[in-house]
Amino acid sequence: MNFDFSEDQKFIQEQARNFLSSECTTARVRQTLEGEQAYDQALWQQIVELGWPATAIAEDQGGLGLGYLELCVIAEELGRALAPVPFIASVYLAAEAIKLGADKAQQDSWLPQLAAGEWIGCLAVQEKPGALKLGQLATTVTDGKLSGKKTAVLHGAIADKAVVLATENDQPGLYLVDLSASSVSRKSLTSIDPTLPLAELTFDAVAAEKLADCKDIQTLLDTLYDRAAVLLAFEQIGGCDAALAMGKEYTVGRYAFGRQVASFQAIKHKFADMFVATELARSNAYYGAWALSADDAELPLAAATARVSAIDAYYECSKENIQAHGGMGFTWEFDCHLYYRRAQALSLILGGNPQWKELLVERLLRIKAA
Amino acid sequence: MDFKDTPEQAEFRKEVQAWLKANATAKTKDGGRTSQEEAYERAKAWYQKVYDAGYACPTWPKEYGGAGLTQIHKVIWSQEVSKYDEPDGYFVIGQGNCGPALMHFASEEQKTTLLPRMASAEDVWCQLFSEPSAGSDVAGLRTKAELKGDKWIVNGQKIWTSGAQHSDYGVILCRTDTEVSKYRGMTMFFIDMKQPGVDVQPIKQMDGGSHFNEVFFNNAEIPDSQRLGEVGGGWGAALLVLMNERLAISGVQPDGFPEFFELVQTLELDGEPVVNNPVVRDRLATWYTRHAGIKASTNRMLTAVAKGGMPGAEAALGKLVGAVMNQDIANYALQLMADTGAICDDALAPQKAHFQKSVLFAPGIRLAGGTDEVMRNIIAEQVLGLPQEPRADKGMAFKDIPSGNQH
Ligand SMILES: Cc1cc2nc3c(=O)[nH]c(=O)nc-3n(C[C@H](O)[C@H](O)[C@H](O)COP(=O)(O)OP(=O)(O)OC[C@H]3O[C@@H](n4cnc5c(N)ncnc54)[C@H](O)[C@@H]3O)c2cc1C
Repeated sequence: MNFDFSEDQKFIQEQARNFLSSECTTARVRQTLEGEQAYDQALWQQIVELGWPATAIAEDQGGLGLGYLELCVIAEELGRALAPVPFIASVYLAAEAIKLGADKAQQDSWLPQLAAGEWIGCLAVQEKPGALKLGQLATTVTDGKLSGKKTAVLHGAIADKAVVLATENDQPGLYLVDLSASSVSRKSLTSIDPTLPLAELTFDAVAAEKLADCKDIQTLLDTLYDRAAVLLAFEQIGGCDAALAMGKEYTVGRYAFGRQVASFQAIKHKFADMFVATELARSNAYYGAWALSADDAELPLAAATARVSAIDAYYECSKENIQAHGGMGFTWEFDCHLYYRRAQALSLILGGNPQWKELLVERLLRIKAA
Repeated sequence: MDFKDTPEQAEFRKEVQAWLKANATAKTKDGGRTSQEEAYERAKAWYQKVYDAGYACPTWPKEYGGAGLTQIHKVIWSQEVSKYDEPDGYFVIGQGNCGPALMHFASEEQKTTLLPRMASAEDVWCQLFSEPSAGSDVAGLRTKAELKGDKWIVNGQKIWTSGAQHSDYGVILCRTDTEVSKYRGMTMFFIDMKQPGVDVQPIKQMDGGSHFNEVFFNNAEIPDSQRLGEVGGGWGAALLVLMNERLAISGVQPDGFPEFFELVQTLELDGEPVVNNPVVRDRLATWYTRHAGIKASTNRMLTAVAKGGMPGAEAALGKLVGAVMNQDIANYALQLMADTGAICDDALAPQKAHFQKSVLFAPGIRLAGGTDEVMRNIIAEQVLGLPQEPRADKGMAFKDIPSGNQH
């Protein structure tokens, strides 16, 4: 047993942190936040050149053949830096959906392209508010043509291709759709975090290629969500750390009543609680990372645990960081709201906290019964 | 990262499992908790059995009564033994706190004679730090030790000393100089608790038990050879003990989750197990994330220690989160039982009235080993590096500092 990342993995993380702290400053994140661009194309290009999207893709499929542990440490840094790039959509969602649902020939053709950033992928599943129900899908496929409407598609407005959940002859499955087709219309939605933009996609009999290896779609989606839950948890703990560091720095430098604000016990205890929430989330995320990398049977419970604790921790850190800044924390100018927005947005990808808590309990009871 | 055993560790686990199967008491569905006093005799017998089998204090060197194994082996031992109904953490104060102090500061001869007896619980040890005027501010302690020849003469009073009534030895922190500032005038020793001049008086706790004590010293003697560390170096030595305490506690401290998980599956309300209730499920999920988080955090810290690190101040988090949760769970469990929740009879209340007993004992767990506020101060100052509390006693000689109750 060894409950820590290896030296090599820590080195990858350090490289990622150094790169992002110089290239992805919050000033740069703000260009996307302020709507100057839908995502940071130049940064994405650099990230592609560094090979990050290829991290957990096998070497014979054009990837680096590293693994999920390496992807987790990169995720933590992307979360810390609030990177305004389609990494979640393309890497954790589209590429993983293809790994799980596509057959060998499809994987051999698509994964190298995704690894090389030749196209950006996204995942389109949601049609209305609330938990996704497979039996209620309105998006359908007939004779290879897909029709319907998907909402809250992360990076859907700029992605090149989407993996779309739809039913054909009452059988739900995943389909790859080229979003540049004229029979696709896209509408950008106003997202709580403009650096993780959402879109509505309408398909009107667009050509769609079925991912050929989707047998049990519910299990496939569960696994896809579990994998993403772990990776998102790392983005979230990266954000927790950054929010905590920001609050510390501000209150250490600010004086009130003749003392450093950070010397008031109420403030210190606030930070202690933020630290505790982050550490619990981190430890749970490590466990999830291991279960993911070892493809262990404990992944479902570990992923749900990591997800719930990361959502709770990031909410706590990001909201209390605002309070620790006083009025400055409520301004557009200060970065506090960037973390707060990101915490909200990340918590809502793939189902919110109540949904994941319910999954956690179901899984706990299932293990107990076994 | 690998949460699974290496082949060698798997082998060890198998061996431990086989031994426990043959020697440990199985958990019953209605487990419940026995009071500290009831558990004492059982604990002595259990520790002796574990010692004879060679599993006591797994990380201690063999010549000191341990098994010479790693922190990871200790994790394996704890994971396996927690599946049984055995009082495996009972003597954690001795083995977890006093042991490391001896290991660090005692002479070779003392270590080879005393540590094996501590490992087998033949000798029971207690920790004599807190005093009536010195708890959170433990450096405010006044119990005085004065050197006469090669002996220290001790006078004063300790309080809240867990298990002192059963103890053969104690690690004690004394004031040896009142002219210097408070952190510089202390010295640590170990003391024979059965000698004349040491008077132990159990204190009745709010839950009705008497697990902790007042201890009065009236010209009790400590040979200078039982000094742990330098004269005046007591504070540094105490910090070492306290760090180890937090790590030791975070491994064995109850957080209430396993019992609660059992309860919600068996307790029925209106003909349905309460676990079907969405409100209960929400609480269950939140508490599970903390329970799993504490365990995984402890394992991460042990990995760091196994690689040669010191237990850090991070260890405070397991104690802080687990103790509060333990109380909240017990309270919630009673609420779920509605009117019958107030019934404390072992025969009637679920799990031998575990939750009723816990409601009454949990406040003490939050205090012992440092209060919630002190844990947060430690995390804020020692982990996060935030400014220290302004201190009104800075630069003053100890004798001039007001402390304790002034009302
Ligand atoms: C069940 C139990 C077992 C124990 N076993 C032992 C033992 O074996 N050996 C031993 O030496 N001691 C033991 N203790 C003592 C324990 O360590 C102390 O009770 C504890 O440290 C608190 O000290 P105090 O009781 O003097 O309370 P005080 O220090 O007077 O605290 C009163 C309140 O003031 C708060 N407070 C104090 N200082 C600060 C500060 N700087 N910032 C914010 N808040 C502050 C505290 O958090 C608390 O809420 C035990 C206690 C209990 C309850």
